[in-house]
Amino acid sequence: MLFKLSFNNMKKSIKDYAIYFLTLVLGVAIFYMFNSLDSQQAMLQVSQSQREMIKLMIEMLGYISVFVAVVLGLLIVYASNFLINRRKKEFGIYMTLGMGRRQISKIILMETIFVGIISLAIGLIIGIFASQFMSILVAKMFEANMSEFQFVFSKEACIKTCIYFAVMYIAVMFFNTITVSRYKLINLLNASKKNERVKIKNPFICILVFLIAISLLGYAYWKVTGDFQSLNTADKILPLIIMGIVSTILIFWSLSGFILQLIQTRKKIYLKDTNMFVLRQINNKINTMVASMSVICLMLFMTISILSSSLALRNTMQRELIDMTPVDLNLYKIANLPEKTVNRYGKEIIYTKEQIEDSRITILETLKNNEFDMKVLKDIIEIPTYATNELTYKDFLGDMYEETKVEFPGLAYDKTEQIVKVSDYNKIARLYGIDEYNLNDSEYIMICNFDSMKQIRDKVLKNGSIINIAGKKYNSKYSECKSGFIQMSTSHTNTGIIIVPDNCTLTNDMKEMSFLVANYNVNTEEEKEKVEELFSSRSSGFIQNLSDKGLMIDGFTKISIMEASVGLATIVTFIAIYLGVIFLIASSAILALKQLTDSSDNKQRYTILRKIGCDENMINKSLFRQIGIFFGVPLALAIIHSVFGIQFAIQMMAGLASKNDLLPSVIATVIIIGTIYGLYFWATYLGSKNIIKEE
Amino acid sequence: MGKVLEVKNIEKYYGNKSNLTKAINNISFDVEKGEFVGIMGASGSGKSTLLNIISTIDRVTSGHIIVNGEDITKLKGNKLNKFRREELGFIFQDFNLLDTLTAYENIAIALTIQKVNAKEIDKRVNEIADKLGIKEILKKYPYQVSGGQKQRIASARAIITNPKLILADEPTGALDSKSARQLLENFEFLNKKMDATILMVTHDAFTASYANRILFIKDGKIFNEVIKGNGTRKQFFEKIIEVQTLLGGDLNDVI
Repeated sequence: MLFKLSFNNMKKSIKDYAIYFLTLVLGVAIFYMFNSLDSQQAMLQVSQSQREMIKLMIEMLGYISVFVAVVLGLLIVYASNFLINRRKKEFGIYMTLGMGRRQISKIILMETIFVGIISLAIGLIIGIFASQFMSILVAKMFEANMSEFQFVFSKEACIKTCIYFAVMYIAVMFFNTITVSRYKLINLLNASKKNERVKIKNPFICILVFLIAISLLGYAYWKVTGDFQSLNTADKILPLIIMGIVSTILIFWSLSGFILQLIQTRKKIYLKDTNMFVLRQINNKINTMVASMSVICLMLFMTISILSSSLALRNTMQRELIDMTPVDLNLYKIANLPEKTVNRYGKEIIYTKEQIEDSRITILETLKNNEFDMKVLKDIIEIPTYATNELTYKDFLGDMYEETKVEFPGLAYDKTEQIVKVSDYNKIARLYGIDEYNLNDSEYIMICNFDSMKQIRDKVLKNGSIINIAGKKYNSKYSECKSGFIQMSTSHTNTGIIIVPDNCTLTNDMKEMSFLVANYNVNTEEEKEKVEELFSSRSSGFIQNLSDKGLMIDGFTKISIMEASVGLATIVTFIAIYLGVIFLIASSAILALKQLTDSSDNKQRYTILRKIGCDENMINKSLFRQIGIFFGVPLALAIIHSVFGIQFAIQMMAGLASKNDLLPSVIATVIIIGTIYGLYFWATYLGSKNIIKEE
Repeated sequence: MGKVLEVKNIEKYYGNKSNLTKAINNISFDVEKGEFVGIMGASGSGKSTLLNIISTIDRVTSGHIIVNGEDITKLKGNKLNKFRREELGFIFQDFNLLDTLTAYENIAIALTIQKVNAKEIDKRVNEIADKLGIKEILKKYPYQVSGGQKQRIASARAIITNPKLILADEPTGALDSKSARQLLENFEFLNKKMDATILMVTHDAFTASYANRILFIKDGKIFNEVIKGNGTRKQFFEKIIEVQTLLGGDLNDVI
């Protein structure tokens, strides 16, 4: 009997349940998707170092999932509470018929189980299918090759999702029972009779508060973007954040009053259709909505900023990586090792004869001597780089030394500058596909792409710095640094290379390093991985040979650089998307439920409108506008916040994310937010329409 | 004077074949322009059904209702809404004012939904408020004014669209006797000075005595008709009581 009753209830109030159901299904699906990452096909295809990265990511997602579960749990409790309150009268009737609280609790319990099981099932199905798409995304992010598509189902994630949500449902039941046990019959029966007093704010105070809020916000905006340089410590940012929050609250507090004042003076708009009803409605409700709208606005702001800046960060890293890793391999070896040296910890290091001899020969020769199969490499270029104690960083700075030292006391001013002959540099530049340079006699070029170093060097070059090598003076050809690099890295990290004419007197004992670049002489990705192992795997015979003799060759490979940085960026992106989407669901659901509550409270007003001759179209239109404004205003303010927030974030990340990568990531964010927020908006509109419908 | 309302042989049945209730059983009457007609009857007599049908909220089972030459039983959808919006004015027992709107706005909204232009609205609201003596409270919200004032705001809203017919459903039901008297005087004013045609449903003899003509309804049929004629309102009131006694209706309903 109870079973039948609750089942019929569900069927009857299916539209009321729409929001609740939507939230549960989305929650389950996303929870499953992110917890099933580890067993996805793409993860099985990636390399060793990436697997480490993914392990770290899975672990972090695990912790975050607990937090997410708490957020979702609270949300579900809130939503189910809303549904119960909607049905106070129904429960009141049951109670007058002699049904006990315990039985009512049982009805609710059964309904919770119903909704729980159905939403869990649907959510899991959606999650399982959506995770297939995510698999493709993951593969793209980690650049794993997914040659064949395979349908993956993660049992662990499925069980984990079921357990977490079962716990949440139990919490819901617990809270519902408490709610029911507090009911008094008289209140239940009279639940719908509620007199609301219209609170009216003083319009002048509204305008004043609004203007204050706007100027506060404007100041905070200016501080984080225009006056960015002054924000050099974290404690200077905090007041701005507080300022932002306070002004957000104040804006919501005063906005409706302000707009009402404004529109009331424009009679043409005010006295059109149901405009004044909609405006009054909003003005009336906003009092109770200030807190939730502010929270929603800030949550949306966080979602938008996190999503777009993390996506931009990843894209920038990705793009720079491709620019910064034009070849497969960089090797370098210190030239001219002395017999002994003192390292920076003051310990004396004595080099063996073998090591010293090896440092006098080229890398190519070392490779050949140690049974390295040269056939696996192509496009081999080896150049020496030079250094001399006559030309240190301090020497380069010249007159500017004192001034610079005051500003940057921490720089290693005694470090020798790296010198490369122009023809050597051009050989590498040609292979890399970057700019080549020409030099006349007694000219030099400074190559540098590390931003902060470039700034200092540019200042020096502007004043026409002259350097001395082996008694000969050289003038800078350009009044600024030119971009370029010889060593691959994850981003722009070349702190400076001096390029000199080929006829410059650079003797053999001035050689600092041997530097070799090459591509792997194979075509497919798999073969590349095999060549890579010669350099990276401990079991490689070549590496064994070198370490037996105590010889050292350092280097970077394209693959290792890619993996390290792509992995990091991907973790950031994944966590951001996970949290962002959950925040989004939470805020949309709260907003939607608030609206539904209001719609049922205001049913009477729509009945009046209908009685005085409004047709359904007009009523639906005014309802649509009203809900649209409540959904739109927090979003609009959040977007304005984000415009400045993202700029700030990009400046904070100093070159890690570029503005050019923002557009695609903003578009991606808009799609994600638009879909979820839009879905909730639509469900709210339909639900409200249903609520205010005449029986 | 032309007929504003012609009700021709209308019937309204509820239920199914085995259990048929005739809420309205063959009623016909006319209302002339500028008339103030009262409809009286006990609870369950069918007077509310009649009003609902005339106000197009409910539909007839058979028969025709012609308002200003147009058969409204044949109207559908938006035309029906348009008819209700433009040709009818309503005054309800519980005022039905929107609590979020000021008096001014409550009156104006009847015009805004007819898409009257803003200047015109402003002019007409002020005019009507002046006539009904509610100019001082135009800026106030419904909860800030008395019951009588609320009902006058509602009357203003009903009359401002210049409807062919004003339908009033127990307009004094929620008022104390002083406010009721004021409201009814307003009705007289609307009827006599502004030439409004009013159809009022009530079960209260005193309220009814303000009308020119009363139709008594019992068990879905017109039972009797009383016309005020040239007598005083007191005489008319006594006549009404007489008929009510005849009707065997609730004596309680007589004050």
